[in-house]
Amino acid sequence: MNKNSTWARIKAWPLFLPVLSLILVMAVNIVHDVYIGANPFSFFMITLRETTGNGTILYGRIIDILNRGSEVAILAIGMTLVVSSSAGTDISVGSVMSLCASFCCMLLAGYGVSSTSELARPLFVGVLGGILLGVLCGMFNGTLVAYFRIQPMVATLILFSAARAIGLLLCNDLIVYVRNGTFGIFGSYLGIIPTPVIIAAVCIAVVAVLLKKTALGMYIQSVGINDKASRIAGLNSRRIIFLTYTICGLFAGIAGIVASSRITSADSNNIGLYFEMDAILAVALGGNSLGGGKFNLAGSIIGAYTIQAITTTLYALGVASTQAPVFKAIIVIIIVSIQSEPVKNWFKKRNLAKQTKGVA
Amino acid sequence: MNKKVLVPVLAAAMAMSVMPISNVFAEDDLIKVGFAQVGHESDWRTASTKSCQDVFSVENGYDLSFVDCDNDEAAQKEAVRSFIEQDVDYIIIDPIIATGWDTVLTECEDAGIPVIVIDRTIDDSDKYAAWVGSNFKTEGLAAGEWLKAYADAQGIEEINALVISGTTGASAQIGRSDGFNEVAEKYGWNVIDEQTGDFTEAGGQEVMENYCKSYEGQFNVVVCQNDNEAFGAMTAMDNAGVTYGPGNDVILISFDACTAGLEEVKAGKITADFECNPLAAPFVEEVIQTLAAGEEPEAEVYMVEHWYALPDQIVDFEIDGEAQEMTEVTDEVIEAQY
Repeated sequence: MNKNSTWARIKAWPLFLPVLSLILVMAVNIVHDVYIGANPFSFFMITLRETTGNGTILYGRIIDILNRGSEVAILAIGMTLVVSSSAGTDISVGSVMSLCASFCCMLLAGYGVSSTSELARPLFVGVLGGILLGVLCGMFNGTLVAYFRIQPMVATLILFSAARAIGLLLCNDLIVYVRNGTFGIFGSYLGIIPTPVIIAAVCIAVVAVLLKKTALGMYIQSVGINDKASRIAGLNSRRIIFLTYTICGLFAGIAGIVASSRITSADSNNIGLYFEMDAILAVALGGNSLGGGKFNLAGSIIGAYTIQAITTTLYALGVASTQAPVFKAIIVIIIVSIQSEPVKNWFKKRNLAKQTKGVA
Repeated sequence: MNKKVLVPVLAAAMAMSVMPISNVFAEDDLIKVGFAQVGHESDWRTASTKSCQDVFSVENGYDLSFVDCDNDEAAQKEAVRSFIEQDVDYIIIDPIIATGWDTVLTECEDAGIPVIVIDRTIDDSDKYAAWVGSNFKTEGLAAGEWLKAYADAQGIEEINALVISGTTGASAQIGRSDGFNEVAEKYGWNVIDEQTGDFTEAGGQEVMENYCKSYEGQFNVVVCQNDNEAFGAMTAMDNAGVTYGPGNDVILISFDACTAGLEEVKAGKITADFECNPLAAPFVEEVIQTLAAGEEPEAEVYMVEHWYALPDQIVDFEIDGEAQEMTEVTDEVIEAQY
């Protein structure tokens, strides 16, 4: 009975299904490794590795998932807030990432320079410039959605299509290479830990504390649930929606810097390509409703790493890259459908039937 | 705009359009060329555009109408139609997509304007004078045959290759894979895996990161289908403690040979780089001269391409019995590259 109630409590935990999905995805690797006769836990092994030029680092697939999943995790924070407050998505985040990266590299290399190993300006100017541009983009989206009441998808469609093109203009239609070790730090390693992981962790921690210690989280949810009622209750709904889009832009800027630092260049055409879709998917995989209102930030973060876990798993299984999207789609369909209301209800009903049977 | 302003502006615009543009320069003997370019998505593309602008300049006796179609296939067809209206002498197209060209090309034919297709191909029409571009399969064959000669010279007996391919279905990816795999099959090499890096540095990094874990210690050759993927693979191998380049564990082969790529060859990181020449314009000019002389140009013109390496990696090899010459990477070569 006691065991039963613990199980029931776990099942009632809002993160139960997202976490279960993540575990199931990774468990596939154990099955695969047993099948090929390798160490069953080789996927989960984390070792220390001597690198060429980066000292000793943590090395392993789990580290890869945490590392490569950083950008989507960072984006997912902002996306969760946007979805909650406005019942809409910000589809411009991928393009804004690219724009911020381009602006940052343009500042660091100087306009029209396509390759440099010397910084034209101090590092912090470029990085701050890039992030601030992200905030500006967020404010632009926020103004359109909150004050002009344009549907979020339409409002953010503008930067979705324009931001990447503006980035190309800033970079004079070239890939700008900033082959300088100090700029690469945001995408490589700080000590033994990948820097993107640290950046993502800091972003998540700051927002989590902000939501916990202030009433902001509650305000966002209440605006999302009922915008008018919240206004009558004394909340400035418009300003809160504006704020969530601004935060979303901020994180798009940070993700852009990370993505660009990884490759120490601004590849305007490819940085953040389709990342908006992954960020939205992360929110959905985390068990959040895209209809706004209540949200679970931890769920979205787990969702983001689940997406990366799928990608890394497919690489580990050696699935041909031409077929990988198909497998990815199948896994996503399964995860999303086990979290859907009808399936949840069916499980509830079945459990209830079992219980009543037991009683009888 | 206010009507009072609009009317004179429109009138001026109409007058301009009636007036032949070449009259402005008072040089009727300029050869008018229209060029519908794909867009400006990469360094390679920018170099291709610049090559056309340099060759078809007024000083060289040309009047170039250049349209950047920004990867919009409808805009590209419109651009070609506008060239017909301008009554240009020659039309150059780098087709964004391979199909849907027959109608437009028939219009060109009816207007008596020869069309020269460059770089990408047109599959559903043959109403053009010539195609000028790279032979991607030859590039793949060259990489394979060079590897064979180099491995023999180094006494490497077993080849275990990992391939990071380009965007699946792109003609460069298909050709380079075909060529390299053909050679690999001929010599019985083991191509362990081939995953796409989408021609990007981030893609190359992620694929290589996973290769290093899946096939630890099992490979001695990495083939990247463009330079950006090679840059990514380099970072990933650095972080896995794998050494690459001349004299190290892994032979790193790359394609494109853009300036940044050649710099890495010079730095002893990329072992050999196989060029994909973006400078089509000089070859197009030859085709135009042939046409102007009333002769029939060759239907397919392949551009001269170079295979780059450092002196110690330069070996003699043949493709289908044809001896190949390699180019040593020096500062001057890098300077001159696009």
